[in-house]
Amino acid sequence: MAVYNLSLNGKKVKVDVEPDMPLLWVIRDFADLKGTKFGCGMALCGACTIHLNGQPARACQTPVSSVGKNDKITTIEGIGEGKMSIIQKAWIEEQVPQCGYCQSGQIMSAAALLKSNPTPSDADIDAAMSGNLCRCGTYDRIRKAIHRASAEMKVADKGIGQR
Amino acid sequence: MENTQTSRRDFLKAAGFTSLGLAVGISGFTKDASLKKIAPAVLKLEINPFIIIDTTGNITLVNPRPDMGQGSTQAVPSLLAEELEVSLEKVLIVQSDGMGKYGSQTSGGSSSVRELWMPIRKAGAAAREMLTTTAAKRWNLPAAECVAEDGKIWHKASGKSLSYGELADDASKLEIPKEPKLKEPKDFKIIGKYNKRLDVPERVTGKAVYGIDVDVPGMVYAAIVHSPMIHGKVASIDDSETKKVKGVLKVMKTERTMPHRTSEAVAVVATNWWAALKGKRALKVNWDNGDYAKTVNTAGYFAATYEAAKKEGVNFEEKGDFTVKYANAKDKLESHYETPFLAHAPIEPENAVVHVKDDGNVEIWAPIQGPDWALRDVCGYLKVKPEQVKINVTLLGGAFGRKAYHDFLLEACHISKELKKPVKVIWTREDDITQGPYRPGMLSHMQGFVEDGKITGFHHHAIGESIVGQVFKGLKDDEADPWLSEEISTGNNKYQFATASKVSWTNVKTDIPVVWWRSVYASNFGWGQECFIDELAHLAKKDPLKARLEILPDDRFKKVLDTLAEKANWDEKLPEGSGRGIAVFKSFGSISACCITVSKKDTGVKIDKVVSVIDCGYYVNPDNVKAQTEGNIVMGITAAIKDGITFTNGICDQTNYHQFNVMRLNEAPPMEIHIVDSGAVPGGVGEPGLPPIAPALGNAIFAATGKRLRKLPFDINNIA
Repeated sequence: MAVYNLSLNGKKVKVDVEPDMPLLWVIRDFADLKGTKFGCGMALCGACTIHLNGQPARACQTPVSSVGKNDKITTIEGIGEGKMSIIQKAWIEEQVPQCGYCQSGQIMSAAALLKSNPTPSDADIDAAMSGNLCRCGTYDRIRKAIHRASAEMKVADKGIGQR
Repeated sequence: MENTQTSRRDFLKAAGFTSLGLAVGISGFTKDASLKKIAPAVLKLEINPFIIIDTTGNITLVNPRPDMGQGSTQAVPSLLAEELEVSLEKVLIVQSDGMGKYGSQTSGGSSSVRELWMPIRKAGAAAREMLTTTAAKRWNLPAAECVAEDGKIWHKASGKSLSYGELADDASKLEIPKEPKLKEPKDFKIIGKYNKRLDVPERVTGKAVYGIDVDVPGMVYAAIVHSPMIHGKVASIDDSETKKVKGVLKVMKTERTMPHRTSEAVAVVATNWWAALKGKRALKVNWDNGDYAKTVNTAGYFAATYEAAKKEGVNFEEKGDFTVKYANAKDKLESHYETPFLAHAPIEPENAVVHVKDDGNVEIWAPIQGPDWALRDVCGYLKVKPEQVKINVTLLGGAFGRKAYHDFLLEACHISKELKKPVKVIWTREDDITQGPYRPGMLSHMQGFVEDGKITGFHHHAIGESIVGQVFKGLKDDEADPWLSEEISTGNNKYQFATASKVSWTNVKTDIPVVWWRSVYASNFGWGQECFIDELAHLAKKDPLKARLEILPDDRFKKVLDTLAEKANWDEKLPEGSGRGIAVFKSFGSISACCITVSKKDTGVKIDKVVSVIDCGYYVNPDNVKAQTEGNIVMGITAAIKDGITFTNGICDQTNYHQFNVMRLNEAPPMEIHIVDSGAVPGGVGEPGLPPIAPALGNAIFAATGKRLRKLPFDINNIA
């Protein structure tokens, strides 16, 4: 066992775990944030997608020992920084989730996409989102929600610019 | 209302208010909500076991249909809120716990709205009448002058009102009206209208609690080592490496109990699940697998189905003397349509938390489709009485039929009984894919003929393993699977074949565990039925839509097909290399039709568009009908063009999503859903959209390429 100091959703978290434990299980069972999901354990489904320093990462394939204390981990619980993000609101507007189990990962991937590319084309969405499986089949709505969030962000940016 | 006090206490106990678990909140499934409790003293009016109105006006609905994404947590309270004249936000939901008083409680067979349409509405209407009567008495006015609206009873003439909370106590003393007056559909404010699902916010913030998210004090974790070859006995265990894994507490023999047999397994119990998984990977088990390497092969299974197709099956129904008429027919066809075994592969793998306590009482937290079935299975397995078992149903991270099969739950029971501790069992994706149960692979042996340009003879010989037979041990050798009646019987599909028709069945058995999978046999036999109708239409030199309409006298089918033709521009000519295909299928009380447009691309085809039409009678939320149909399009195409499950020498050839691929976002075609408002009694919504998808695709590929595909799955990029 070893002690790791993590920066999780802006908070310092100290865990005493095995070095090879994937971040997924650290986050879920030691930091008690259950929004990040287990789906395949092989980075095939994307249910465990988190952000590591703003980049999407598969928590099931990220050993805790590979994460430094200054690395910023963001999970679905931290994505809106306490309030619902534009992306999450777009997900509600489009009524995206069915069972919802994969949606944490979907939203984390979408958030990373929109951060690097605020106005993604359908092809951009294809490229960024194809690592996240949804067995309920909500893909059409995920695409619409990303376009909606993109449009909302544009409006929000203009608002800021005018002030 | 006899025995009110007792029944309230029972309810509280049953609904979990006195113990840790999933209790109340807007939807009752968030982590924050699990800490809340309702004080028993405020519970006043219990209108049948499903509805409780308390003196503060809170309305609690005990939802007897677990939510696996199909929307029961909106659909069921909508039925109540409509009749009770309250807004949807006012209804708190707890899941039923399997006890008999709640009746059938399994989400399956697209049954939620179908079965609860009347009972929940009646319960709501009865409460409304009781509250109205109470208010009228208090005001000394005729009840006819009092109306329910927005959680209050109003006397409009004078403008006075009383809230339901103020009336609940007195109302609870009245007789429950047996035949309360239901609202007229024209007066519906919620049913049939677009409403956002109230549990979506918790599903986009990570707050929703699925089975895998449940934590119980003192809980340990278990990973299960199943036999790599399907079914086996543990010959020997070498746990020397496993015991070196930090956190591993115990290695123990356990068992996987399925309806048709029990296999041995080994549990690695640890202080956390990662340690349990590491311990599992380090464990060496020798298995005694008997003859399963020889007997369990999907190639052998399908060979047996083709052999069976050469012989007469057991007749399910026959009109006219089909065999003779077919023998004498001039323009006839014979084809075989094959569908593979399929895993459900919900993204949330199978899991359960079970605590078998020292006193023999049992508490369960699990993502299960039916607490009633689970209660029955757990009581049978642990030899306990229903009163000793408390089931907390969580949200389900997908299920598609899989989570109404309780092998994983009984494993947790077995381990917890041994340890007398709460145990969380989580299956790996590999367990999920390699162990089943699966949709059975099936063969449709089709024969048919045309006379004077019309399809007049049709025979569907359904061949394969019976779910009824394997899961319920309910099928005799000389009996056709009774579930065919809701699938391919002419009573269901409404085709009228003027000369002769026949539905027959041959049970080809297998030890591969099978179970219902979204839309059950319809997902298999829709492929054969609707592709073969297409073949016969071409034989008759008829447009496939017109050929169907000629033999479909049913108005609802006609309307669905006409709507599809219009919405999909059926009569519009497509460029060379493109084609449209249609299919229609009725399942679970609803008629769904689909038109798929494809175009040639390189060596394969590309799906350009999918248009689906559904007539599900009355529905609760049109947006949810669309969402479910979208899901059916994705799952239906996945079943047609992605991986099937195969077994070689007793071992499943697929292990995870890289070998059992399911459709990804970049592959999802543009789709469009249209609802036919027939005003018929409610049909299902969760499944009926699926059966027409694969045949519509197959028929489209034929239209575009001239290539008739008869075996699923196929490689859409390589239509050789």
